[in-house]
Amino acid sequence: MKRRGHNRLRTAVVASLCGLGAALCGIGLWTGGRARADVNGRTGEILTYASPVEVLFSPDGTRLYVLCQGSAEVRVLDAASYAAIKSIAVGREPRGFSLSPDGTRLFVANSWDDTVSVIDTGSLEVAATWPVGAEPSSVVEDRESKYLFVANRISNDVAVLNAQTGAEEKRLAAGRGASYITPAPDGSRLYVTHVYPNFKARRTGMENRTPPEAEITVIDTAQAVVTDRIPLHSIAHGFHVAFSADGRLGVAAQLHPKNLVPLAHLEHSGAFADTLTLFGADVGKPVEIPLDELERYAVRPFGVAITADKSRIYVSCAGSEMVTVIDVQRLLRFIHTHQGPYAQDLSASANYVVARIAVGHDPRGIVLSRDGKLLVANRLEDTLSVIDTRSNVLSKTVPLAGPKQLSVLRHGEQTFYTARYSFQGQIGCANCHIDSTFDGLTWDLEPDGFGRDIVDNRLLEDIKDTEPYKWNGGNPNLPTECGPRTEKYFWRAENYDDLTLTDLVVYVRSIPLRPNRWRLPGYELTPAQDRGKALFTRTVDKFGNPIPERNRCSYCHSGPKGTSQKSFDVGTKKATDNSGLLDTPQLINVALTAPYLHDGSAATLEEIWTVFNPEDKHGRTNDLTKDELNDLIEYLRTR
Amino acid sequence: MKWAWNKFAMVLATGLLSVGTVAVGAPPNAPKAGAAPVMPRYRFENFTTANGLPDNHVYSVLVDGDRVWAGTDNGLGVYENGKWKIYNTQDGLAHRAVLTLALDKRTGDVWAGTMGGLSRVSGGRIDTYTQLNSGLSNDVVYGVSVEGENVWVATAAGACRLDLHTGQWSLYNERNTPMIEIWVYGVSATATKVYFAVWGSGLLEYDQRTGRWDKYEDPDGENEMVLFKDQGLIHEIVTSVSYVDNIVWAATYFGDSRYDGRYWHNFLTKDSGLPSNFTNFIKGIDANRAWFCTDKGLAYYDGVNWAVYRPSLTSGKPEMTVRDAKGNVTQVAVTTAPAHNYVLGIDFQGSDIWVATAKGLSHGILQR
Repeated sequence: MKRRGHNRLRTAVVASLCGLGAALCGIGLWTGGRARADVNGRTGEILTYASPVEVLFSPDGTRLYVLCQGSAEVRVLDAASYAAIKSIAVGREPRGFSLSPDGTRLFVANSWDDTVSVIDTGSLEVAATWPVGAEPSSVVEDRESKYLFVANRISNDVAVLNAQTGAEEKRLAAGRGASYITPAPDGSRLYVTHVYPNFKARRTGMENRTPPEAEITVIDTAQAVVTDRIPLHSIAHGFHVAFSADGRLGVAAQLHPKNLVPLAHLEHSGAFADTLTLFGADVGKPVEIPLDELERYAVRPFGVAITADKSRIYVSCAGSEMVTVIDVQRLLRFIHTHQGPYAQDLSASANYVVARIAVGHDPRGIVLSRDGKLLVANRLEDTLSVIDTRSNVLSKTVPLAGPKQLSVLRHGEQTFYTARYSFQGQIGCANCHIDSTFDGLTWDLEPDGFGRDIVDNRLLEDIKDTEPYKWNGGNPNLPTECGPRTEKYFWRAENYDDLTLTDLVVYVRSIPLRPNRWRLPGYELTPAQDRGKALFTRTVDKFGNPIPERNRCSYCHSGPKGTSQKSFDVGTKKATDNSGLLDTPQLINVALTAPYLHDGSAATLEEIWTVFNPEDKHGRTNDLTKDELNDLIEYLRTR
Repeated sequence: MKWAWNKFAMVLATGLLSVGTVAVGAPPNAPKAGAAPVMPRYRFENFTTANGLPDNHVYSVLVDGDRVWAGTDNGLGVYENGKWKIYNTQDGLAHRAVLTLALDKRTGDVWAGTMGGLSRVSGGRIDTYTQLNSGLSNDVVYGVSVEGENVWVATAAGACRLDLHTGQWSLYNERNTPMIEIWVYGVSATATKVYFAVWGSGLLEYDQRTGRWDKYEDPDGENEMVLFKDQGLIHEIVTSVSYVDNIVWAATYFGDSRYDGRYWHNFLTKDSGLPSNFTNFIKGIDANRAWFCTDKGLAYYDGVNWAVYRPSLTSGKPEMTVRDAKGNVTQVAVTTAPAHNYVLGIDFQGSDIWVATAKGLSHGILQR
């Protein structure tokens, strides 16, 4: 099974492998278009894996629907035998799906196509494909089949569609990175979580060093309006929500970064807390509770399910490759008898976590069956783990159809998403690069000194040929960045073997570029973008004076990826910075990656020039009018 | 709200000839010779800091169902279930002085134009756009109007439009429109046309279908004398505009105007029931009826007759006057009035009105 883009990926792999040098190239290079396996049996061939991310039962419990992100399809299985019934092709990179309340339609959010596939569950055919906002990531229909709600990750909103025609009626402002929608048991409300922290308006100038704030957006389904926002203080990344059947307990899976202290104490649980926020009548005010325990971290909690009798909460922990089991009564007793906050208390979870069950690589969506089984979609293993919830034991692993051989890319991706290489298994690459992107946060890394060189996290998409890495340009290539530097300063543990590092680097160099949502079809430019491009490439200012090379946008941000790969001082050095000389960041999908500048001090693209460029060191821009600056930004958004 | 006004219109249509102080909604009486026309009569309940308003200087008011928003000199207040909730800069509001408010009826989001930027209040969260962090043309926002996915903004340095789908800001100023002055005081947007009230540059019209601009100016130029009445816009200094039922209602500091696309009609104190030519805000109900917020009281025009509501300019006592088509002015006995003569805004809640004044917010409850 091949899909579009493989040629590009194949090229990327070849280039990546060639670039690593003999010391790291233990695997076979491309020879005559054919790959051979490395000593561990991994192949350099580009294989299309199923990569299951979500799983659902039909209302009668006889069918199992598996959303396969890698193969861009919904697989329909017999829920008893797990035998394949049918595969239904959907759009690129499907990320979320749900059944209509009557079970007759299955809606799939195709995140790269910006569409929703509507599958007739009777015929198991795609009945319609509806356009929605930017990067749809989940979709839910209301009980009256009046509205279809779609969470759009890039446009940070929830589109409200006519559930019968697919016509978009409006969009509701959600948080940043709107991704997962869960209806309350009575269907009256929807709860939306977000994979990125909310934007912060500039007030004191220190917003880049304040705790992240996220939210659960609450939508009234009858009115289709936002009625409330549950604040998630210090939370940067939210994933799935689940409710108890009585609606009195809501549980949200999330990541709580500790990015305001130097990232130098992994051995003291210094990077992240893996937590849940509990809300609803059972708890009163929302409460954040930890899942981690010393040496037993629950890295990147993603999927949540609560048993029908409200006795257990199950949480898939993607980086730890396990499912955490919580006793609800013990949990409620704990929070009602202990005064918080305890989100970072590593002794707390022992009061309510009753089991940790190992599953496959990168476990994501989970679902409970009526007969007491928990199914887990292991994205990077193409399997479903079946857990007996009576014994909390893994009873079966169901393989999904697809390649059985592990490819270099696949192994690299597994390496990227696992936390097993870090000290006590606390973090993985994907903790800061959510879904292989970025995190919207700034960090204080140790090598530059505590409190020195605060750095914004950069996007990984399409980073091939953008070296050197790090904001100070200190790392010449990815093997250095991902290898010794990560080992020493991030993982604080023994790092990868050479072959694993090679695979990881191949994967990182191959992370594909998401479609740019600001570009018109055919790469034409709007009039504003066109005017902006002229400003980007200009050599003379508005007064007719030549602009020195180093003050031209297009000089430093040259080439197809918008970087000359050289360092410049653009006048943004802070008192805490060791040097003002900074690597020129690539402009790839720059519209998505706020905050900006090396330390994230510019909350928006505009602020780069309205606040942080008083002396025209970051390009000659102070001769521009406000509308011209807007044009320049419109162009940058197309990069 | 609309149903109520329709009903109101129907009653007015049948009751214009009725007499006395019969309240709107009451059965029409047989006309009596020489009696004043029936105009809506209100009992005003006034809010000040004494009963929870964040500040007595109220620049703007907005009704959203059972909620009433008040933009004041010291924060944004929302009145719901008998209580005020206050938003200020510590909550993320762009500036404490809230000059203008607009409701996105589809989403329920409220847009607040302030002296320091534009804020969106959505589900209790405030997002702020400024000239530094966004494409907003200027932080002093005098007017805002929501139409579809577009938020149109009137600022002290031109107008602009935020496309909520793309995040793109488009700026409109002297470089790309017929705007000479760029001090834009008000905006009224519909899916077809957008009108801008420009202080010193007349009234600007933007046709959304063609992308074409048109400009309406005072035929007398900047002359404050009205040489050619009903020939065009009454004055260049336009402070507010309201576009409804294909009719433009425009307010200036020197009288007001109505334009139906072909004919202009001007309103001046000397030949209408307008209490003052100095009009801060205007709001059309439909093609024939409008409210005028002036420095000398609140006025209602039903297409023929006028009513003025205010504390008496001399005694300060509550006052309501009715002026008929012939210019006969009748005093109507009332016991309440808006909080102050200096009126800055109005909005409607069913058959009730809410009035922003320089010394408090007033709830006018229709008396039947």
